[in-house]
Amino acid sequence: MDTSVNLLGYRLDNPVIPASGTFGFGYEFAEFYDINCLGSISLKGTTLEPRYGNPLPRIAECPAGMLNSIGLQNPGVQKVVGEELVKLAKVFKKKAIANVGGSCTEDYVQTVEYFNHADNIFAIELNISCPNVKCGGMAFGTDPTVAGGLISAVKKVCTKPLIVKLSPNVTDISVLARAAEDAGADAVSLINTLLGMRIDLRTGKPILSMKAGGYSGRGVYPVALRMVYQVRQAVNIPVIGMGGISTAYDVLEMMMAGASAVMVGTANLIHPFACRDIIAALPGAMEEYKINSLETIIGRAHHA
Amino acid sequence: MECRKLIIQSNRPLNAAVWEMKLYGENLTSAPGQFIELEVPDCCLKRPFSVADCREDVLTILYKVVGEGTKKMTALAEGNKVCALTNLGKGFDSSSSVQPLLVGGGIGAAPLYFLAKEFAKKGIQPVILLAFRCAEEIYYMDEFDEVGNVLISTDNGSLGFQGNALDALKEYSPNFDIYFACGPLPMLRALAGFSDKGQLSLEARMGCGFGACMGCSIITVSGPKRVCKEGPVFAAGEVIF
Ligand SMILES: Cc1cc2nc3c(=O)[nH]c(=O)nc-3n(C[C@H](O)[C@H](O)[C@H](O)COP(=O)(O)OP(=O)(O)OC[C@H]3O[C@@H](n4cnc5c(N)ncnc54)[C@H](O)[C@@H]3O)c2cc1C
Ligand SMILES: Cc1cc2nc3c(=O)[nH]c(=O)nc-3n(C[C@H](O)[C@H](O)[C@H](O)COP(=O)(O)O)c2cc1C
Ligand code: FES
Repeated sequence: MDTSVNLLGYRLDNPVIPASGTFGFGYEFAEFYDINCLGSISLKGTTLEPRYGNPLPRIAECPAGMLNSIGLQNPGVQKVVGEELVKLAKVFKKKAIANVGGSCTEDYVQTVEYFNHADNIFAIELNISCPNVKCGGMAFGTDPTVAGGLISAVKKVCTKPLIVKLSPNVTDISVLARAAEDAGADAVSLINTLLGMRIDLRTGKPILSMKAGGYSGRGVYPVALRMVYQVRQAVNIPVIGMGGISTAYDVLEMMMAGASAVMVGTANLIHPFACRDIIAALPGAMEEYKINSLETIIGRAHHA
Repeated sequence: MECRKLIIQSNRPLNAAVWEMKLYGENLTSAPGQFIELEVPDCCLKRPFSVADCREDVLTILYKVVGEGTKKMTALAEGNKVCALTNLGKGFDSSSSVQPLLVGGGIGAAPLYFLAKEFAKKGIQPVILLAFRCAEEIYYMDEFDEVGNVLISTDNGSLGFQGNALDALKEYSPNFDIYFACGPLPMLRALAGFSDKGQLSLEARMGCGFGACMGCSIITVSGPKRVCKEGPVFAAGEVIF
């Protein structure tokens, strides 16, 4: 049984990649299990300068997931390259994906340049869809012209394959996907979190200090699946699917919708061993549906 | 961090709002100030609770019923299995204290019981100041009495000193080298303003409880720190309120 997939010229043992922001810089999870079982890792969103992020509370529970308004807390790209990636390399023998955030084109460009020289990074994921950063981030993710401008500028300096991460908070996500492809993106990943809100019945006020936050977890799965399906039809570059994936069956379904690889986010927070367990369950799930090679099911739903 | 299945040994109310749950697991360990994340049926996120005691494979939590999850916890019966992440966070550093003062506000007294027992084991009788809104909210009085010198304050004066924890502290003015506190944020802030010779156990809404999501990150004098990983116990002078 073959669980391996090719992603942007890099062979992954399996398509399961922890999603950015739910796995830190990876090495802390090595205390829980051997993270070399992972296909790859998408690292915590990194910006040019260090960021503390938004005031607490930053987390609110939902019936089938959670809201977060972290606001891209990270130590800044210099420390990420100089310290976090070094710690990761000690425990992770494969290559990871650097996730880059920002609030203006120049910030994105400079951050990406730092990662050009990082050997244990095989691709850059450009987060143009963070709902939790006041300026930038989101605007880049909702306006196809603005997005295209940013992506072209980054593409000019980026020496590694460029993945563009799309926001679901738009009327038609395929418009943004096409804009990304036209601007030179090598792949797209989706979905980032859906904007949501919770109100504390005791105080009558929103739970999150930022009032709104990004909704993720099992509840978003059907929405994510539909968007991956739609984007697969709209572009010719690989699509990385994510949003609510919690089981090996979810992985198969997401790949049938058109995902060449998948990312698993909130499931890691709910169960620290989620990715390990999903990977362990993949061969059994494949056998159940008579799948010999995972690559053969990518986009299967489109041939029906 | 450990991820394990525990068996509920007992689950009983101590007063109108506070319950005690004892959980059994082979070789279960913990240190005072550490917490667990308990999986609650039909709740997406686990709930964080300080360890109120842990010995001979049995871990105790004391929980106040405040919302959906804690309400559901009261329905868990003896013999039920529950999943939990244990040994979370960095607890109190009690090694250098010979004249400890423990200050608990409301349900914040929970982790202090475990700490008081550790001191008692070393032959040290801590002063334990417990602050409540009213006498009806008091729990574990006998247990605390056994391991330290208990002082009580209540907001309405129904028992002990009338006033808040800090007023009581000024009134009783016990000698101490280090104070160890857990309770509502205003209490902790007031204590930190009063003296920086202390350790505070903080709360935050958590996404994971083991350091992965940055959901619980606070600002300290030495940069951002995670309540679930670098905390929940912080030096009083370290926290920027
Ligand atoms: C390190 C730590 C130790 C704690 N120790 C204890 C203890 O020993 N005894 C005790 O009674 N309580 C303790 N708490 C608070 C306890 O976690 C909350 O009261 C509990 O999660 C409420 O759950 P609920 O479903 O009843 O409330 P709901 O309001 O329905 O919960 C909704 C969501 O908000 C979160 N939440 C709500 N209130 C709090 C809070 N005050 N702190 C953190 N998260 C919250 C819940 O975990 C859940 O994810 C501790 C919190 C932390 C962070
Ligand atoms: C706590 C948290 C932090 C996140 N941080 C980032 C981030 O820094 N960069 C990013 O591109 N996406 C971030 N995301 C979005 C996830 O990578 C993912 O797109 C989203 O959560 C949907 O997947 P899921 O339902 O499996 O979690 C974050 C999500 C969560 C829950
Ligand atoms: S709760 Fe996730 S990092 Fe602390």
